[in-house]
Amino acid sequence: MARIVVDPITRIEGHLRIEAEIKDGIIVDAFSSGTMVRGFEIILKGRDPRDAWAFTERACGVCTTVHALASVRTVEDALGIAVPPNAELIRNLMFCAQYLQDHVVHFYHLHALDWVDVVSALKADPKKTSEIAQSISHWPKSSPNYFSDLQKRLTAFVSSGQLGIFANGYWGHAAYKLPAEVNLLGVAHYLEALEWQKEIVKIHTIFGGKNPHPNYLVGGAPCSINTEEVNAINAERLAYVGSLLDQAQEFVENVYIPDLLAVAGFYKDWGAIGGGLSNYLAYGDLPTNGYADVSRFKFPRGVILNRDLGTVHEVDAKDTQQIEEYIAHSWYEYSGGDAAGRHPWDGETKLKYSGPKPPYEHLDVEQKYSWLKTPRWKGNAMEVGPLARMLVAYASGHKEVQEIVNSTLKALDVPVAALFSTLGRTAARGLETKLIAGWAKEFYNQLLANIKNGDTRTFNKDKWSPDTWPSEAKGVGLSEAPRGALAHWIVIKDKKIENYQLVVPSTWNASPRDAKGQRSAYEASLIGTPVKNPDQPLEILRTIHSFDPCIACAVHLYDEKGRYVHQISTF
Amino acid sequence: MNKPLTMWEYADLHGVSRRDFLKFAGWIAAASGLEASAIGKVVYAMDTKPRIPVVWFHGQECTCCSESFIRSSHPIVSDIVLDKISLDYTETLMAAAGHQAEEALHNTMTKYKGQYLMLMEGSVPLEEDGVYCCIGGRTMLDIVKEAAADAKAIVAWGSCASNGCIQAANPNPTGATPIHKIITGKPIINVPGCPPIAEVMAGTIVHLLAFDRIPQLDGLGRPKAFYSRRVHDTCYRRPNYDAGLFVESFDDENARRGYCLYKMGCRGPVTYNACGAMRWNNGVSFPIQSGHGCIGCSEANFWDNGPFYQHLASFPGFGIETTADKIGVAVGIGTAAGIAAHAISTNIRKRKLIQEDVKNSGASETKGGA
Repeated sequence: MARIVVDPITRIEGHLRIEAEIKDGIIVDAFSSGTMVRGFEIILKGRDPRDAWAFTERACGVCTTVHALASVRTVEDALGIAVPPNAELIRNLMFCAQYLQDHVVHFYHLHALDWVDVVSALKADPKKTSEIAQSISHWPKSSPNYFSDLQKRLTAFVSSGQLGIFANGYWGHAAYKLPAEVNLLGVAHYLEALEWQKEIVKIHTIFGGKNPHPNYLVGGAPCSINTEEVNAINAERLAYVGSLLDQAQEFVENVYIPDLLAVAGFYKDWGAIGGGLSNYLAYGDLPTNGYADVSRFKFPRGVILNRDLGTVHEVDAKDTQQIEEYIAHSWYEYSGGDAAGRHPWDGETKLKYSGPKPPYEHLDVEQKYSWLKTPRWKGNAMEVGPLARMLVAYASGHKEVQEIVNSTLKALDVPVAALFSTLGRTAARGLETKLIAGWAKEFYNQLLANIKNGDTRTFNKDKWSPDTWPSEAKGVGLSEAPRGALAHWIVIKDKKIENYQLVVPSTWNASPRDAKGQRSAYEASLIGTPVKNPDQPLEILRTIHSFDPCIACAVHLYDEKGRYVHQISTF
Repeated sequence: MNKPLTMWEYADLHGVSRRDFLKFAGWIAAASGLEASAIGKVVYAMDTKPRIPVVWFHGQECTCCSESFIRSSHPIVSDIVLDKISLDYTETLMAAAGHQAEEALHNTMTKYKGQYLMLMEGSVPLEEDGVYCCIGGRTMLDIVKEAAADAKAIVAWGSCASNGCIQAANPNPTGATPIHKIITGKPIINVPGCPPIAEVMAGTIVHLLAFDRIPQLDGLGRPKAFYSRRVHDTCYRRPNYDAGLFVESFDDENARRGYCLYKMGCRGPVTYNACGAMRWNNGVSFPIQSGHGCIGCSEANFWDNGPFYQHLASFPGFGIETTADKIGVAVGIGTAAGIAAHAISTNIRKRKLIQEDVKNSGASETKGGA
């Protein structure tokens, strides 16, 4: 048995280390460790709750906005604030823009190189690439000359001897299955996606002033609507948003989805690898009738256990018996012992590093080995993310989701079981991106209709002044980040933050074992994965990247003396 | 192995026309705050220089700087700057992982000793011997010290690397520390902001490449081209401030007319950045234009300079523009004389401040070959 270490896992956000035990070319055990901690929850303590969105937004710059959204919802929940319909629509549009950018960047820039062999593209016949491109899509950049020019540039790049970001990749690895022509197509779209991704985020810039890290506001959206004013959201700004959404839909439908299906067709064996856990959690998101009406969310809320798509269990983030965090294998201490879990409102963190002194070769995985805590729903390990969202929606009877999932399974000619896999996870991300590109236009049209009907409100100022607040309040804000279920919990006391906690998607997925020894999603999904060459563990990257890790995270807080009782997990 | 390509050769191969290339060089010269006469130097430098090896580290950060960088909006910037530098190590984008990634880093540090550019995103935790950030079993502190030793120059991306940013906010639990407090004896350029504007990042890199020296820096190590003016001084809403026209509540009538956000807590008057002049994401907007005050994200300790919605005059020691409140009241009761008096007094003060800024930044200018 060999123990291999992949650290750093690259093409992710944050610092992640994977240690895996391999026997006869198969992974028999795996350990996932977050190796960076920042600690900003104690920094939030005592601050103005209306500022929390800005602090928590900095948890992640890749999936920027998601924490800001969860945060304003948390404070609004605590104070009983309902935002105007336009603010909800603007938030939805920013949410959709984030998904569109983030999922495309994940597919092409973080995940594609696990499937696409860049060096092999040098040998491609550009004419054949053109034929393939034109057979799967109407995307105009598909002529033989286009691919031929690209290939020349690529050849010059490689022969310069400076391979830059492509240096030392696993090129030529036996697990790469795409024909050279499809690899060339992948490289072309890698570059096109890099160019396009900076456009869609301009929706954030229009409504929030900048990207990454646009501005949010407790009680609504910071921008005002005034069709008669150049300094507000007016017809020109709205038209800009509209054309960006059109471009996004074109890109997703004519580039991302055809590429996804083309690549998936060569890797159907990955529909039986990397399944891991059999429980899925989604909080749901994209309200169409206000945040309070969960039944009208585009993404429904719920839990699936044991891959049973016949039953969707209810989730209540305020029920202290449902969501708990464990630290049996995390570098923390609980006053009541490390075996019990704690609900975030009752969270406690005493940071205590007990790992090996750096520099180290291996972590002591029998003991504590990560800065991430381990969240559980009713004691169960849960997978969160695109696959969980699609499955919960499918099982909830969501027609659009059922149609797109069924037609994709049919097109790829794979069984339903293929959903529960590395390939299923990667496909689910693409499918929901396609749905979101369409939903964004619904939100956009609704916003235009509201303005046409005379409703331009974007902010509810009733509870803006702290003088209107009760002396104590508690709230929870739920959202679906691109990487999965995200929740913030707040306790407000005397107009200030008394306690603020986050349990984020990558904490669910990337955490170490719990007190019972149950693995979380990353670790579980690696079991059974073949590794052809332990020196080049490409297969590990495939499955781990299928989750889209975002690890600037698990930032559990403590005071300067290490006594602080508080926890935060961010990604 | 062939001779490394020059930037022009590389651009040519990427299908960039000579005309676009020259336009790009002109833009870079302008963005870097250079006179028109310098364009020729930019063109010459980019014609003849090979791609400089670059290693990009991630400490305690959120990757918003990397994300901002790939938003560089002029096409030639994303096509060329990303590749005309040879980005040999970046955890965010590189194909290799694990020991192959570390090997790529090691290769560059050995082969290009003294020639590579080190880009630092994130702060470095010093508490508990640095265990709060480890990569490949080593502490970030260890890694940056080794890499910095043979780097040609260091660029500190964003507020994390320049001043510690959020993890260094009170009480800074992990001992998060900016790179300039750890590494000495190397040219270090601080490019603060959370994140910095994409074109400011691109402009800084191109300046280094084109001129083979670091740009003029102010007393805080920031490129003067982008950080010598307050957001307030380049804000298109400034005339409203001078006229005493303020937003009193989000989405009120004044907000819908685009009045000044000073009373909503805007930090423009104490924040040095290029947002007002360059705006974000290819000039689409910037926070104030989209209705939210500046939160001061490029200033050291901005997280502790809150709450964000409390306006500056409420802070003890803030003496620059304290008349705004009084003028607001005066405007409320309709005294035109008050508006005029305020406008005149702030304008005089403003002129003096700008002059002092320019003078001060000139005095503390940092020179040196990168």
